[in-house]
Amino acid sequence: MNDLLLNLILTLDASFRVCIPLIFASMAGLFAERSGVVDIGLEGKLLMSAFIAASAASVFGSPWIGLIAGMFASCVFAMIHGFASITYKGNQIVSGVAINILASGLTMILTLAWFKKGGITPTLQSDERFLSITLPGVDIIDHIPLIGVIYRELISGHNILVYLAFAIVPLVWWVVYRTRFGLRLRAVGENPKAVDTAGLSVEGLRYKALLIGGILCGIGGAYIAIAHNAQFTKEMTAGQGFIALAALIFGKWHPYKVLAACFLFGFLDALALRLQGVVLPVIGEVPVQLIEAIPYLLTVILLAGFIGKAIPPKASAQPYIKEL
Amino acid sequence: MKNSHIAIELIDVDKHFGAVHANDKVNLSVKTGTIHGIVGENGAGKSTLMSILYGFYQADSGQIKVFDQDFISTNSRQSIEAGIGMVHQHFMLVENFTVLENVILGSEGGALITESLEKARIELTRLAKEYGLEVELDVAVEELSVGMQQRVEILKGLYKGAKVLILDEPTGVLTPQESDELFRIFEALKKQGVTIILITHKLREIMSITDYVSVMRAGKMVAHRQTSETNPEELAELMIGRKVLLNIVRTEAKSGDPLLIASNLEIHNEQGIKRVSEVSFEARSGEILGIAGVTGNGQGTLLKALAGILPLSKGSIEILGETISPKKSLNPQELRNLGVAHVPEDRQRMGLISDFSASESALLGYQNDKEINQGVWLKRSLVKANCESIMEAFDVRPINPALKSSNFSGGNQQKLILAREFERNPQVLIIGQPTRGIDIGAIEFIRKRIIEMRDAGKAIILISVELEEIMSISDRIIVMCDGEITGTVDAANADEATLGMMMANALPSDKQITEAQL
Amino acid sequence: MTRDRRLAWINGLLLPLFNVLTAFLATAVVFLFIGVDPIKATKILIYGALGYDEGLGYTLYYATNFVFTGLAVAVAFHAGLFNIGGEGQAYVGGLGIALVALYINPALSAWILIPLAISGGLLFGALWAIIPAYLQAYRGSHIVITTIMFNFLASALMVYMLVHVLREVGQMSPESRNFPEVVWLPFVHDVFAGFGYNIAKSPLNLSILVALFFSLLVWFFLWHTRWGFAIRATGKSNDAAIYSGINPKKIIVVTMCISGALAGLVGVNELIGVQHRLFLNFNYGYGFGGIAVALMGRNHPVGILIAALLFGILYQGGAELDFELQNVSRDIVVVMQGLVILFCGGLEYLYRPLLIRFLAPIET
Repeated sequence: MNDLLLNLILTLDASFRVCIPLIFASMAGLFAERSGVVDIGLEGKLLMSAFIAASAASVFGSPWIGLIAGMFASCVFAMIHGFASITYKGNQIVSGVAINILASGLTMILTLAWFKKGGITPTLQSDERFLSITLPGVDIIDHIPLIGVIYRELISGHNILVYLAFAIVPLVWWVVYRTRFGLRLRAVGENPKAVDTAGLSVEGLRYKALLIGGILCGIGGAYIAIAHNAQFTKEMTAGQGFIALAALIFGKWHPYKVLAACFLFGFLDALALRLQGVVLPVIGEVPVQLIEAIPYLLTVILLAGFIGKAIPPKASAQPYIKEL
Repeated sequence: MKNSHIAIELIDVDKHFGAVHANDKVNLSVKTGTIHGIVGENGAGKSTLMSILYGFYQADSGQIKVFDQDFISTNSRQSIEAGIGMVHQHFMLVENFTVLENVILGSEGGALITESLEKARIELTRLAKEYGLEVELDVAVEELSVGMQQRVEILKGLYKGAKVLILDEPTGVLTPQESDELFRIFEALKKQGVTIILITHKLREIMSITDYVSVMRAGKMVAHRQTSETNPEELAELMIGRKVLLNIVRTEAKSGDPLLIASNLEIHNEQGIKRVSEVSFEARSGEILGIAGVTGNGQGTLLKALAGILPLSKGSIEILGETISPKKSLNPQELRNLGVAHVPEDRQRMGLISDFSASESALLGYQNDKEINQGVWLKRSLVKANCESIMEAFDVRPINPALKSSNFSGGNQQKLILAREFERNPQVLIIGQPTRGIDIGAIEFIRKRIIEMRDAGKAIILISVELEEIMSISDRIIVMCDGEITGTVDAANADEATLGMMMANALPSDKQITEAQL
Repeated sequence: MTRDRRLAWINGLLLPLFNVLTAFLATAVVFLFIGVDPIKATKILIYGALGYDEGLGYTLYYATNFVFTGLAVAVAFHAGLFNIGGEGQAYVGGLGIALVALYINPALSAWILIPLAISGGLLFGALWAIIPAYLQAYRGSHIVITTIMFNFLASALMVYMLVHVLREVGQMSPESRNFPEVVWLPFVHDVFAGFGYNIAKSPLNLSILVALFFSLLVWFFLWHTRWGFAIRATGKSNDAAIYSGINPKKIIVVTMCISGALAGLVGVNELIGVQHRLFLNFNYGYGFGGIAVALMGRNHPVGILIAALLFGILYQGGAELDFELQNVSRDIVVVMQGLVILFCGGLEYLYRPLLIRFLAPIET
């Protein structure tokens, strides 16, 4: 019994860690897509910022410089995306794909050029990365059954970016639903003409949205390389940008629902890891790949309208061309 | 400043879109506190002019004065600040926003919206009471009726302090009752000193609600009148303009059996909006049936249904031995096989593909013909040769099947489409706007060809917004307004004024026409 | 020259040329940034790819894969669809090939087995595309998102198949047993040897003929059959297609099946051509590479053959860079792919306003 509980708590704990980049990336996607720009490039921005963050942290010996550098790199990519799809009204998906591939290639080339090793950066010392924080009172609460374990394993003992991720979701919600910027953001993704005729700049709003997305993706990427891991490795984002996109759709572009989707997908991931090779009674050996496939499967089913309906912002994927 | 006698003054406003001259040195003066109508055919440049005033587009040259102040608007914000509000033809509303959210968008007041929303609520309640513009404020706009959405648009303008309100075709989407309600609101606004500019092509509205009216045609402002001193006939004439009389010799029609009988048609357009109801008519062989009406009164939808693009919601069409009904539809391909040719209204988007070569555009709809297909192989040399021969037959220039369709002039594009449709010897021809926007020479050529087809015993249904065209080549004319037939006349005893009145549904019943004719 | 003519020249030739050149230029900047002389690198690259027989063989072998995926992306583009799922379709297509190769009686003749294996690839690739296509046509879900999801689903499926179904008992690594020799496509050097010519060994195999055959077929299909006409008409104008009696929904499904089938042929080259067994990630990168190839080749089989050859050169030449220079690896090709997609795709209109202003101003 106790064993099962501990297992559950450990799995939950692992899913927390796994879902952090998903949260940052999907919140980034939320800003972009709410403004009417489809963001296929989340993966590339995550990867690029992971690499730049790890490099900067290693070179300058500070996780904070790493974080800022990662955010900057991700923003540069976001602006390339914006330049192509907002200013030049190109296909948003094509430029998103370009960003992903570019990131994949550049990280490989630059690791080799800078660190003489293809695809990896130097291992970070502990003072070069974000370390776990033990929250006050762990010792005191520890002896309380259940709550003690939960507090120690689940709530305490994460690095600062984890707490930031959970803090950022309500902040995103507040910005999107309670501020002037949020109102305009939601409007420009639904009907850019309404925004234009209200005397607001469609392009300006979309650029701002992409920039915020760049910053958030930057944090997500930095988390992967300098908090969750201690170096950059080849293709280390491993499709998390796409899972974040799936979570964004699954959460119907709403911050809290997206958070829930991220957590669900993170949990499935952690579960798949834990169940690797485990033989369960009745079921037998669990096909891990099936569990890993669930997020994608769910997203496809939801998009097709078989369980509820995920309706993207109306203007998404359409460049805004001014005409009556 | 607000006491100024003249609210809006436009002097020599000029605007090009590429090679199109949308506004040609336009002058306009609108008196404060009046309802000023601007009429003109579609494409006359009314909407462009108003969008310039509203700052959505910038004029190439010319001067604008608002309440006697020189005014250059580079975006809508400046126009809003100058006191101009605009209700666009297609509403500029965020559909999943509430009424309140829509109203404050762009004029939120502060960085947080909770407070702005409360402020707006109080203000809107006041405005609603003052002008009789009650709307539920916390409902998502998409759940409101079209009439209510329009109120939201008006409220948006008023909330932002509009002293001049521009409405672009506001009744196009309204039921008659909603239109009456809108006009009542206009009166209330006028009483409060708001200036209203009403863009429309419906003469009835101009006559019943405006104080002044200006007429636009082909980008130019052609006349200004006090409404009380003009009449629909004069306005219709000004709108349409006198066309160069074309030299078309017509013989008497020898009409035969009906080849197409439409009974009680009800048709919804692609967006699911009912555009045609209770329409019945028949088209006989050897006869041209003209369908007249102002653009957007259901003729286009009717045409698409006749061509098999839109399904019927009610009624039936008997055509060359087959019956189309809501249960049994024929697709465009099947209709073509049956002997129905279709010249679509929109030649650029539907009639041909601008990126395709002429020979490929000349293949649209006939790509499955046995003659040009040998097994899987589409015989392109034959397609080219066919294209060349129909280009010759219809005098399409240059005779170059490999040239991209977009590189032909409008007239030659249209001739190519006609050639494609006519040269397969169809029995029934459905023709939409055959001569819109093309040169006189091509117009004459095309009309002659249509009459030739009539004389060859085909049944022809001709839809055109050019009244003159309908009158000069049709044998019978039906007039449509608001999706219904508002009159049927023989071409021999039709005159422009009567048809114009029917197009505006300004005559109470068909009987009166007959009496007037007698 | 009339303005229309000039515009046609700008859109048809100058713009694509400028875009490709910009991508090359940007790559040169990357080279400079990492301290590599771009001219020297180009020389090594071209020598490595074309300078000797073995290099040339490798170049053509890589190009073969790009032809398949480039054609796949292009066919979909012609119907106005963006098939981003070539990666997954290629992967699952490989499963189809492997199933034929592993489970059909190897006593049959190669003349039966090899076409059957190719058909397996076509069929499975098409199957992997048909669901996203159906969902786009009839349920309105966006094909880009669904095909991305299907890439990951393909990945999961293939891992499962390789780990749990196709792996030989006692074998550690997730790969199938070797295919029977009868289903192997002959290497080009073996074929030449058969005629008495000795050329250097390389993975180049007869798949290249399959690629050429399908390029020809796609060209014929798109421009010389009524179905190709219907596909192109739908891609250019949905309205005109409906007017012509074409059902755009059907076109979506059919076109995506063809697209998926073409992507499914990557396995012909990789599996029965070179590796002779099914293994993880044999498709890696070719699906996305196909996007760059199609964009650069302007969605025309001839352009695709040229673009595929160029990417083949880059792949193989990139490997040479690995050997010769310390500061750069073949991944520079991936960078270049990204730049090609960016400049030939996302930023395809970058120079248009400028070119129009100078070469074809509006006459008023």
